[in-house]
Amino acid sequence: MLLIDCPWCGPRDEVEFSCGGEAHIVRPPEPANLSDAEWGDYVFMRQNRKGVHYERWCHGHGCGRWFNVARDTVSHQVLAVYAMGEAPPEV
Amino acid sequence: MAERRIRHSPLAHLHLAARVVVDPGDAGARMSERPPRAQLAVRGDSGDKAFVAAFKAGLGFSPPLAANTVVTHDGLAVFWLGPSEWLLVGEVPGEQLAAALADRHHALVDVSDSRIAIGLSGPRARDVLAKLCPLDLAAPALAPGRCAGTILARGHMLLHVLAEDSYDIHVHRSFADYAWRMLEDAALEYGVAVIDGGG
Repeated sequence: MLLIDCPWCGPRDEVEFSCGGEAHIVRPPEPANLSDAEWGDYVFMRQNRKGVHYERWCHGHGCGRWFNVARDTVSHQVLAVYAMGEAPPEV
Repeated sequence: MAERRIRHSPLAHLHLAARVVVDPGDAGARMSERPPRAQLAVRGDSGDKAFVAAFKAGLGFSPPLAANTVVTHDGLAVFWLGPSEWLLVGEVPGEQLAAALADRHHALVDVSDSRIAIGLSGPRARDVLAKLCPLDLAAPALAPGRCAGTILARGHMLLHVLAEDSYDIHVHRSFADYAWRMLEDAALEYGVAVIDGGG
């Protein structure tokens, strides 16, 4: 069970949130020029890190806002919470 | 033939009126169905000073801008739901608000029938709620006058802390039966009294 520090509502239980998967995946500017392999990489391929993982979360049962979380996939500790659009912090 | 509309409570089938007692005795939990109130959803950017000023002018008082707070004024409760989202419950100044916000980027939607409120109070009210809700109900974040969008059992609720051990639980009407039954089941061991929900 994670305790996630919502930037608006403060620390709340994981069940109030939904996870939106890995953060900082940028849509290619010209998808038409990509090969199938490159497009497949963008759509499907995700990191599966052991350690610090950057991911998107939505506080759906609370304020309804999206934000980014840096989480350690080994300890499940939430290391940092930061706004959408911000660069990932060093943790 | 003119269409006839009847307001139908989503808890009508529980026949709560027949169970209302005047004296709750030593029941640890008192439950009530709150009367239906007008509700208005307001959207707009709380970072936009002109929007906030227009919102304030439409209400006649300052809307809550701090997270999870409620401002109550003359029979109207304004709930902070998010940094760009509020819920007005009670004596809603709909037309006044629409006029004040006309020149600003905003949304006003009548959601009067979307939610109902269940009153829960009594010496064991917090214990009842603690069984169904992941929040720390004793935390300062849930002092009287605060609200929280959170979870009730497997559903969503908007929790309004009226006083220590007195709560209004706003749930979507399709969850009303579920919410009432879950609360009553949780309260059973402390004793439940159904009381009048007020006018």
